Order: sequence, then C-alpha cells, then structure tokens
Amino acid sequence: MTSAVELAPASPPGPPAPAPGTPIARAPRERTSAWPLVDRVGYALCWAVGIGLCLIALAIVLFMFFKGIGYMHPSLFVQSPAPSAKQSQSGGFLDPIEGTLIVAAVGIAIAAPLGIALGTWLAEYRRPAWLARAVESAIEIIAGAPSVVLALFGLLIFDQGFLGFLSQTSAGGGVYGRSFLAAGAIMAVLALPLIVGTTREALMRLPDHLREASYALGRTRATTIRRVLHPAIRADIATGTTLGIGRIIGDTAIITILLGLYLDTQGVGNTPVLSTLKGTGSTLTSYIYANSPAGEGSAPQKAYAAAFLLLMIVLALNGIVTWLSGAKMTPTLRGRAFNLLSFEWFPLPWTR
Amino acid sequence: MPPPVRRIQVDREPYVAPPKAAAANGNTAPASLATRLRTARSSSAHVRERMRVDSVWLAYGENWVVRDVTLPVRQGEVLAMIGASGSGKTTLLRSLNRLTEITAGAARSGSITLDGEDIHGLEVNDLRRRVTMVFQQPNPFPMSIFDNVAYALAERPGRGRRRRRSPAIEQAVSEALHRAGLYDEVVGDLERSALRLSGGQQQRLCIARALAAEPEVLLLDEPCSALDPISTATIEELIVELRECVAIVIVTHNLQQAFRVADHVAFMHLGELVEYGTSEQVFDHPAMERTRDYISGAFG
Repeated sequence: MTSAVELAPASPPGPPAPAPGTPIARAPRERTSAWPLVDRVGYALCWAVGIGLCLIALAIVLFMFFKGIGYMHPSLFVQSPAPSAKQSQSGGFLDPIEGTLIVAAVGIAIAAPLGIALGTWLAEYRRPAWLARAVESAIEIIAGAPSVVLALFGLLIFDQGFLGFLSQTSAGGGVYGRSFLAAGAIMAVLALPLIVGTTREALMRLPDHLREASYALGRTRATTIRRVLHPAIRADIATGTTLGIGRIIGDTAIITILLGLYLDTQGVGNTPVLSTLKGTGSTLTSYIYANSPAGEGSAPQKAYAAAFLLLMIVLALNGIVTWLSGAKMTPTLRGRAFNLLSFEWFPLPWTR
Repeated sequence: MPPPVRRIQVDREPYVAPPKAAAANGNTAPASLATRLRTARSSSAHVRERMRVDSVWLAYGENWVVRDVTLPVRQGEVLAMIGASGSGKTTLLRSLNRLTEITAGAARSGSITLDGEDIHGLEVNDLRRRVTMVFQQPNPFPMSIFDNVAYALAERPGRGRRRRRSPAIEQAVSEALHRAGLYDEVVGDLERSALRLSGGQQQRLCIARALAAEPEVLLLDEPCSALDPISTATIEELIVELRECVAIVIVTHNLQQAFRVADHVAFMHLGELVEYGTSEQVFDHPAMERTRDYISGAFG
C-alpha cells in the first residue's frame, strides 16, 4: 500500500506522487474461503442476524406506517376522544397526547434531579461503602422489575389515606389512588435507573486530574461537582434524560393501573393545574390499548393511528439522543435543546 | 504511623551543595535557549525561602514512597525535581498542597511549612489557593476561557453573558492571561470554549488559571510532557519569567528541560533525596554516583 504521506521529500528516487484525487490502492479483502467451516458458518449467521434485525425494524415501521397513515387525520389532533360504537364518531386523541406529555413531565421532573443527584453520589462520594453497594443493588432490582409490578406497588402506596391529596377521595374517606401524580411518581421510578446509570458511568469516565485541578485551586468538592464535573458530562445527562422520557412514554402497565383506563382527561376540583394533576386521563399507550382489538376494540383504526404517532415520538427521541451527543454549548437550536435536556438552566443555589 | 527506624549509611546521606558554590561558572552552556534563560536568571535579585520540607515521609498504604526528604522551596528561583518513575517526586510535589490526602490510605510524617506555618494547620482550601498546581495533561474545565481563569478567583463570576461581571474580576482574568503569555492569542473571543484551544494553549490556560489565584508557590507536574517542542519552549520561558513572583517547583522527566529552567535541582531515587544543588552542580559535577549514573543514562 502506498500513499502520498509515505513519499516524503527525504526519498527523492521514489515513484512520483499520485495526482490529487487518486484513490489509495487497497490490499484485496481477506477471503473467507480459506476459513474453517465453523468460522464460515458463524460469519454467515452474523450477516443473517444483522440483516434480519434490519428487516424486522423496517417491517414494524412500515406496517405501522401503512396501517396508521391511512387513518391519520389532522382533526384527530384537536378532538377529544368520545365513547361511541362508531369509529367515525369516536373523536380524536387530543387528550391522550396531553396525558402523555403530563405523565412524561411529572415523571422526569421527579426522576431527573433525583437520578442525577444519586448518580453523582454513587460516583463521587460512595461513603459509607456498604450503603453505596446497597443502593446499587436496589437500582438493579428496580431496573429489572417489570413495570406492572411497580404499578401494583404504586397502587398499594397511593391509596393510603394520608396520600389522598395526590388523587381523589370519596365522601366515605376512601382514596382512589389513581392520578397523573401517582402515575408520574411511579414512572419516575421506572426512569430513575437509566438516569442514575448514565450519570454515574459518565462521572467515572472523567479523568481524576480534572477533579484534582479544581481541588488544587482551592475549590470544594461541591463546587467542583457543580461547576466542573456536571458541565463535563452534560451530553450524558441529556442522553439519560431523553432515554428516560422514551421509557416513560412507552409504558402501558403503569398507566392502566395507576391512571385507569379512561379516554379523556378528567380533573378533580377547581384549582387550575392541580386539578388536572390530581385527576385521571389517558395516554397514547392506554388509548391504544383501550381501542385496540385486544381491549374493548371499539376503534382499532384510531388505535393504529395513535400507535403510529407513538412510534414516531419514540423514534424522534432516539434521534434526539444521537443528535445531542455531538452538541456543544452554543446558541444554536441544537445547543439550546442540549441545554434544556441537560438541566443547564436549573439553578442550584447552594454551590454558587 | 511512625516511620520505621532505619540507619542511614554515611554515603547515603543526600549531598546538599552549599549555596552559591557554583554561581560563578554559569556561562559554559552553548548559545541557545538555555543561555538566554540563564542570562535572564542571573538578574534574580533576591531569593527568599517560602516553603520548607523537613524530614518528610509519605506512604500509600504500607509502602513508603518518600523517605526522609528535606528541601527548601524558594521564591525567585525554580526547583526541578528529577528522578526515575516511582522515585516519589510527584508524590512529594502533591504533598506540598495536600493533594495526597485525596488518596485513601495516604500517610505522612515530618513537617512541611509555608512561610513558617505548618501546612496541616492551615485550612486546606486556603492552602491550595496559596500553593496551586498544574498537571501533566492539559485539563481546562468545560467552560469558556474567561470562566476557566475566573474559576480560581474567590468570588463567583457571572454566568456567561447573563450576569454582569465586576471590573475587578475582568482585571484579574486579563492579568493572569497576560502573565501566562496567552492574552494576545485569545483576547478576540474570551467566551470561546476552552476545549477548542490547542494543547499548548490549553496548558498555558491552566497556568493562567493557577496564577489567577495569586499563589505563593506554583507546582508543575511534568507540564510539557504532552506538548510539542515549540509549546514546550514557550512554557519554559514562561516558567523562568514567573519565578520572580512565585516560587516554582517543577517535576520533569526531561533532563534537558531541568537543565534549561531550573536554578536548583533535586535528584530523587526510590523515595530518597539523593542530591540537591544548583543545576550546574548537579548536571556538571554530580557528587553522588547514583546522580552521575542517572544523568548519563546508566539507569532510569
């Protein structure tokens, strides 16, 4: 293999330098025909599995696209769902979209600060050591628990009498236990391991001399974390947060158990925001479930349209993760999205 | 844990040259950067002792990595610490601003004083503002050039352009950048991310950051080992200029560099101080055989 770089002026009698644009001559690819049979079969299987996965992913997207796009209509985004036996009169999915946003916002508002704080503690303090190990095991258990188990556990907690203020209470003193707050809180538990994990891994990847450089300027550990370490891992925090949102948006079990199977958003009381949060409603996942042939089956076309929308949202979130991974603190749109998702705007007064 | 009692053989006593012994024959070096630096050096008017390392032992766990070292650190001159890897020079350097304490299991005996005060009696963050450090890898913080330097200042600077900065901070930042010889290169855009500077610029930014705290002692841990020769030369000239206002201790594996920048040289081997003297003495007329071997490349 010869390239222009090797032909330094130090060796004048060499071949003439190739014209610009000449492709570099490559050695021929290694032939698998010389490999043992086992290796050749393995190699072929790798190809087959890789192509197969691509086909499955493509099939899902295309299936949902063709099933969903036909039933998609702009009016669906502005109409509330209406219970009706006829699909033409069953309204749109404005309320489920609202509900999805509310649940995601509540869940992330709880999970992100806690997750970042916990991940930081695990990476930077870890004292006492037994507690750190216990916390890590606990996070693994939560990460491994099926969401339906978390949901049942949440119902157990949120219908306790003293937590009645989070949902609605009946005249007899019974607590309903189902609300956007309850669902969001358990969704936070679902997203927490992702955020803790990314924060912790990112901090542990940072070189020690970055911390020491800050200590060596007479800065405390808290200031170092707030002003040096967290800014250094902002891309990872943004990734963790976005993955957490994706996880929350896609979950069905917690919604059906802790928000109930409703169609429209139903507030409790008259306080503007709190009434919605204490009330129940639906999300895209519960809407799909309720309208699909597996649920009541009353409006499968709407279910396909909603499923297509949900898939697009989750794919978009994955795209955002990739898009953000190279972002910098710049005043571009990308930089602003990055700042938003990495909590750059979040004030932490105690380290200022 | 007290240091183990051990008898130091007579020929293992460190050779400490009497001061001023070789000040006369400093003009033997060829006309090069070294000469220029040395001529500049002879102008240093007053040399004043800032830190004193007195019979210091340092250990990680059960291993004593620094054994009974006694050294002065003076303002107005550069002290270079040379020696093979594992000779304890970086550990000794880190103990001067108590960075060794971060490592679990680090132990110490003996005393280190700063202007006559034991550094372990000082508040640790005050000490680290008075004795700052620059590391082997250029490690600017992930913020703007301005904020990197302002970070070392006591008051908190404004965040980005949102909050107005006090003129005192602007003044201190530009002064530190001037002293590190970086001002002219970055003055166009101080809001640029520090991570976009070149390696040599990043390291000078780290030096500016360390100088912004107005330290009395500046510790440099192999500051040029990740840099190209041109950046290295810039930083070496900077070191020689800076020694008038701060005491400088530099750890280096590069003997040429120690010869170019240092007024005094301490040669360490396996945790012991083998020889301490002016750089002419240590490099031209080493008193100890181990120093001779190391300098001529017989080991390490």
